[in-house]
Amino acid sequence: MAFREDQIARYSRHIILKEVGGRGQEKLLSARVLVIGAGGLGSPVAMYLAAAGVGTIGLVDMDVVDVSNLQRQIMHSQSTVGIPKVVSGARTLSRMNPDVTVVPIQDRLTAENAMELFSGYDVIVDGSDNFGTRYIVNDAAFFLKKTLVSGSILRFEGQVTVLEGHTEAPCYRCLYPEAPPPGLVPSCSEAGVLGVLAGTIGTLQAAEVVKKILGVGELLTGRLLLYDALSMTFRKLRVPKDPHCALCSPKATITTVSGSSEWVCQVPAS
Amino acid sequence: MSVVVRIPTPLRKLTGNQGEVREEGGTVREILDGLESHYPGIRERLTDEAGELRRFINIYLNEEDIRFAEGLDTKVKAGDEVSIIPAIAGGAR
Ligand SMILES: [Zn+2]
Repeated sequence: MAFREDQIARYSRHIILKEVGGRGQEKLLSARVLVIGAGGLGSPVAMYLAAAGVGTIGLVDMDVVDVSNLQRQIMHSQSTVGIPKVVSGARTLSRMNPDVTVVPIQDRLTAENAMELFSGYDVIVDGSDNFGTRYIVNDAAFFLKKTLVSGSILRFEGQVTVLEGHTEAPCYRCLYPEAPPPGLVPSCSEAGVLGVLAGTIGTLQAAEVVKKILGVGELLTGRLLLYDALSMTFRKLRVPKDPHCALCSPKATITTVSGSSEWVCQVPAS
Repeated sequence: MSVVVRIPTPLRKLTGNQGEVREEGGTVREILDGLESHYPGIRERLTDEAGELRRFINIYLNEEDIRFAEGLDTKVKAGDEVSIIPAIAGGAR
């Protein structure tokens, strides 16, 4: 791939890094990343990937922009309140970088559509807002052998990990074998979330995606990064592959993607 | 044995907003007994009716998940750090 002059200028700070270089920038420009959730986490993830020149960015979200989103969902703005998040997001990303092809998918991710949606992408990013979706994302990524960069936030705390259950590394079910029953863990809309936390965690996810595409550094595979904004501490814990995992171990019992993405959205605050 | 127990934000309501408490005990189970006696109600958030650790809660002893050690019988020693890590799902809304 030959760079245009404007691309050499745009990506010069990348190209000058020996870990990226022209080769790496080419990898970014031909990479395809699917972002689940165009909200708090999806915003910084997609914006930094677009700025980095990731060639194709898919956005999956069925919601429309609400004014209560704007405290943290920086891909959207006052002028896009009321329009679909994926459309609002696509506008922001295309304006940032015309090199990027944005694929807006205004739909709920389900067990039925996950495999087909994921199949055209290299890396999957989970920035969803409920456990049902998280297990669907994990299982579909596993069956398609895709790297999954997972992030989650609540109140003042966030978690990031990279899941590759199709390798020696763990999957989401190795980390959390089962979702909590409705009522035990509140959602952000009930429990609140510090707006800037979405930026911290989403940006860390974007860094992992870029490293995965470039094949540089150490990923958070087999590691869980915890961030506490109040104490301003980062901790990294080990996540082993579960030899009894229902999905990715030799004792697996799960053979297809199933489950619902809706049921944990409306839990009462505990 | 006195160990530090890190409490995640969703459970801090039960610990009077403390993110870090000290408990005595020789195993993780004894640490949880101590927690329950000081902060009633916290145990049922962590273990099920059979006393097993809930499947969406991880307890780490220092950097290691106790599910991959001796579970609740994992031994602790003075100066160890026990962290309670619940699954959280927020991100898009
Ligand atoms: Zn697994």
